[in-house]
Amino acid sequence: MREALALKDHRSESQIYVERAATGAGVVFVLFSLLLLRVGYLQTVQYSDSVARSEKNRVQVIARPPVRGLILDRQGVLLAENRPSRNLEVIPEQIKRSQDTLFHLAAVLEMSEEEMARFRQVSGRKTRRFESVPVLFDLSDEQVARFEANRFRFPGLSVQAKLVRNYPQGALMAHAVGSVRRINDRDAASLNATAYAATDHIGKLGVERFYETDLLGQVGYDRVEVNARGRMMRVLDGVKPTNGQNLSLYLDAGLQAAADRALAGRRGAVVAIDPKTGGILALLSRPAYDPNLFVQGISHQDYNALRNSIDAPLFNRAIQGRYQPGSTLKPFIGLIALGHSTISVSDSIEDPGWYQLPGNERLYRDWNWTKTDDGGHGRVNIEKALYRSCNVYFYDLAVRLGIDRLSQDLKQFGFGQAAVLDLPDADAGLLPSRAWKRDHRKLPWYPGDTVNLGIGHGDILVTPLQMATAVTALANRGRWVAPRMAQNQPFQGVAEGLPAGAGALPEEVWAPIIGGMEKVVHRGNQIYGENGTAWSYIGRDIEYRMAGKSGTAQVVAIEQGEVYEASMIEERKRKHAWFIAFAPIEDPKIALAVLLENGGGGSENAAPVAREIIDYYLLERADRGSPDVAMVSGR
Amino acid sequence: MSGDFVRRLPGGGRSFRNHRGAFTWFNLDPWLMLILLSIVGFGLVVLHSASDGNWEVVAAQLVRLGLGFGLMILIAQIPPYFMLRTAPLLYGLGLILLLLIYPFGTEVNGSRRWLRVPGVLNFQPSELMKLFLPMVLAWYFHERHLPPGLKPVVVSCLLLVLPAGLIIIQPDLGTGLMIATSGFLVLILAGLPWRYILRGSVLVLISAPILWLVIKDYQRGRILTMFDPERDPLGAGWNIIQSKIAIGSGGFSGKGLLNGTQSHLDFLPESSTDFIIAVLAEELGFLGVVSLLVLYGLFILRGLMMSLNAQDTFGRLLCGSITFTFSVYVFVNIGMVSGILPVVGVPLPLVSYGGTALLTLFAGFGLMMSIHSHRRITLL
Repeated sequence: MREALALKDHRSESQIYVERAATGAGVVFVLFSLLLLRVGYLQTVQYSDSVARSEKNRVQVIARPPVRGLILDRQGVLLAENRPSRNLEVIPEQIKRSQDTLFHLAAVLEMSEEEMARFRQVSGRKTRRFESVPVLFDLSDEQVARFEANRFRFPGLSVQAKLVRNYPQGALMAHAVGSVRRINDRDAASLNATAYAATDHIGKLGVERFYETDLLGQVGYDRVEVNARGRMMRVLDGVKPTNGQNLSLYLDAGLQAAADRALAGRRGAVVAIDPKTGGILALLSRPAYDPNLFVQGISHQDYNALRNSIDAPLFNRAIQGRYQPGSTLKPFIGLIALGHSTISVSDSIEDPGWYQLPGNERLYRDWNWTKTDDGGHGRVNIEKALYRSCNVYFYDLAVRLGIDRLSQDLKQFGFGQAAVLDLPDADAGLLPSRAWKRDHRKLPWYPGDTVNLGIGHGDILVTPLQMATAVTALANRGRWVAPRMAQNQPFQGVAEGLPAGAGALPEEVWAPIIGGMEKVVHRGNQIYGENGTAWSYIGRDIEYRMAGKSGTAQVVAIEQGEVYEASMIEERKRKHAWFIAFAPIEDPKIALAVLLENGGGGSENAAPVAREIIDYYLLERADRGSPDVAMVSGR
Repeated sequence: MSGDFVRRLPGGGRSFRNHRGAFTWFNLDPWLMLILLSIVGFGLVVLHSASDGNWEVVAAQLVRLGLGFGLMILIAQIPPYFMLRTAPLLYGLGLILLLLIYPFGTEVNGSRRWLRVPGVLNFQPSELMKLFLPMVLAWYFHERHLPPGLKPVVVSCLLLVLPAGLIIIQPDLGTGLMIATSGFLVLILAGLPWRYILRGSVLVLISAPILWLVIKDYQRGRILTMFDPERDPLGAGWNIIQSKIAIGSGGFSGKGLLNGTQSHLDFLPESSTDFIIAVLAEELGFLGVVSLLVLYGLFILRGLMMSLNAQDTFGRLLCGSITFTFSVYVFVNIGMVSGILPVVGVPLPLVSYGGTALLTLFAGFGLMMSIHSHRRITLL
């Protein structure tokens, strides 16, 4: 057109613009391609990683604890239950101004230094995973009330109820049932982390430990969707926890309490067994402790008091106490001798009050030997040897049997091994043999050792549980039943290597043994030296037929290292009193062993305890239906 | 082709109208309008999801868009001649308003960006500058020979630095830089010699270490975070880590609208404003991102065509700079969300939820429409 008049070179200006715009368009194209490359890289190469991370953001797996199985006695009495405990839990990421929070919290809850340190440690671990961690346990009603009233000050903190173990019978069942403890870091290393993901406690002793897997149940979980502030939006899916199985024991809480009454505060142990099943009806060790102290963690002070007590309340005498059996071993030795036809029922000896090994000067005295040498039991056969507890008879018998036959056959009654099926801490005791003495004492077996073994002295050591198990075999006329705590529990594979009992013995050998034990209790109103040893203490007014045998065991050793009052030392040098028994003789319903530590003579001191317990079981106890099906349903 | 000449004749600046239906009647470009509506529609769908299906948010955005389109149509009616004449005046007014911030501005989060006229309006003068600066530069170059010599370059640089500097010291580094960029775009389009551009770039590179010392701690943190978000994953790096996870987990076709976990569970911050592209990438995947970028590309192409059609230097430069500024916004926003640029508060044009910036955009489109429709000759 009329460019001549133009002041500017429009053509070249627009040329420049076209060039610049084209360059710009090219740059924009490159930049947009860069964006697409970047987004494409994130969405292909980084795709699976991003998906995983977005899922991890979104999904939180919350473990749900199973409810621990209850432990019940044979009648459905609760021995271990679960009670709610209110714990203070913290979500570290939601805590604002940690110092202020702790300052106010300490004031509101009256926290100890230890608790404050724990709070500092836990609340410092921020992860943005919004997991709730417990810091304080078992808040009191007052603490909960004060916390809730001040709650606005404590974002990220909450009181959560959790079930914890409770032992309503307290110390009475401590040694029978065992207890759980809070899982500590050392336990955690060896545990299946998944199975215990929501569980804070583990069975540490007794039945609680042995049946841990059954009682524990199976952990469940919820997969929940959470938002960026840790708020739960919805439950995606999950598996419900399978609660632990309830465990019904053979224990009879009433009998246990009766045994406790009978011990009357004395140190000792009682184990009672149902001869038909081997079920342990009572398992008492005194003194004891309150297992509830251990559940949430015992204070150092309480623990030291228990541990350092001269009475050793933490020590389970019933299954771990090792004592010489004394004369309670005699019926078994008699039975072995009859079984081997070493003696016959009618054989008798003349007891001068002492025994001498051939070619040896040493006198082994009878318990009623006197310095004037006019003791002795006179003419003694096996039956009288039992009811008068004649030592000389059994010195002679033991020597005639020999150590090899004795140690081999005593094993059949469970001595020298932990034959109980479901008490993991049970001690095996000690059944001496030639090999044992050679290996452990580096000495040969001397004939004198055999003499001592004849009356349950010397090296042999047994636990009250072993004694009760052995007397159960007598009650069953030789049929061995393994002792056990829990009903209806299969014990596959454990029958191997267990004692055979004495079931193979002929019928006629039982009469003098059981007869002798019966006379220990019931033979009375005779001339001096002819009554059963326990008759005057328990046999005068007894309503049923009881077979029993007393024992008095030497004290092996006194624990060293502590300074005790001289009078206490003196008391602790007294002999241990034993009594083993079963009743009724014709159809035994209970077999038991009683041990009184430093209790003195067995017949005088332990036999009345046994009688009181059996009286309760056979006469007083209200039968609340068939015990073996006493299952309680519901929780 | 000789618009400038025509303008100089008596009655120049009034343009012919090619009566091509309602669009033309309202001085609107049907193509640009169609592309705008597509982007806005797409944006509303994403916003609906980004706001957790909250229709109130969508309605509020619709109202703003309505206002925006209204403003655009209004401005499209103003002849470019008038804009050219008033450009220096508007620029001066904008500067005064920026200065007024110091005595009268409202302080929010430690920076003065807002002017409040009680009961009447509440606005950021920097938003006005986004248009007034390109306008005044276009006006300045319109009067001069191009390519510019040294003196016009210096003068235009002063015109640019004045408002950009005032905004940066508010402080609002992001907006200041974006406004400076829009000014530079005018310079470049006007034919700023390449050697100046080269020297300028070298100067910037040399002064980079000094800048590093001058900028504030949080700004330094943002740059460091861009290079390594994991250095503070729960603090400064959180946003960028989460947005990268959101984008990456979208994959090729996305998790589906309303199904993005990163945005709906609040892991993604600012999901309906600055980081909305991450929502789109998470829920509609690579396909969604490509679609949006194609729409943006079409917009840019149409904008460039319109600028090429402009009949004078003012129109060309203004139209072109608005178009390129728009593409810079797109690049900076997506670049920041996908982790190749530091985090600056730049919304995604036409898609992010928000008011003032949206209105400024539409005002710019109005300018483009006006420039395009008030012509005598149509080439494209």
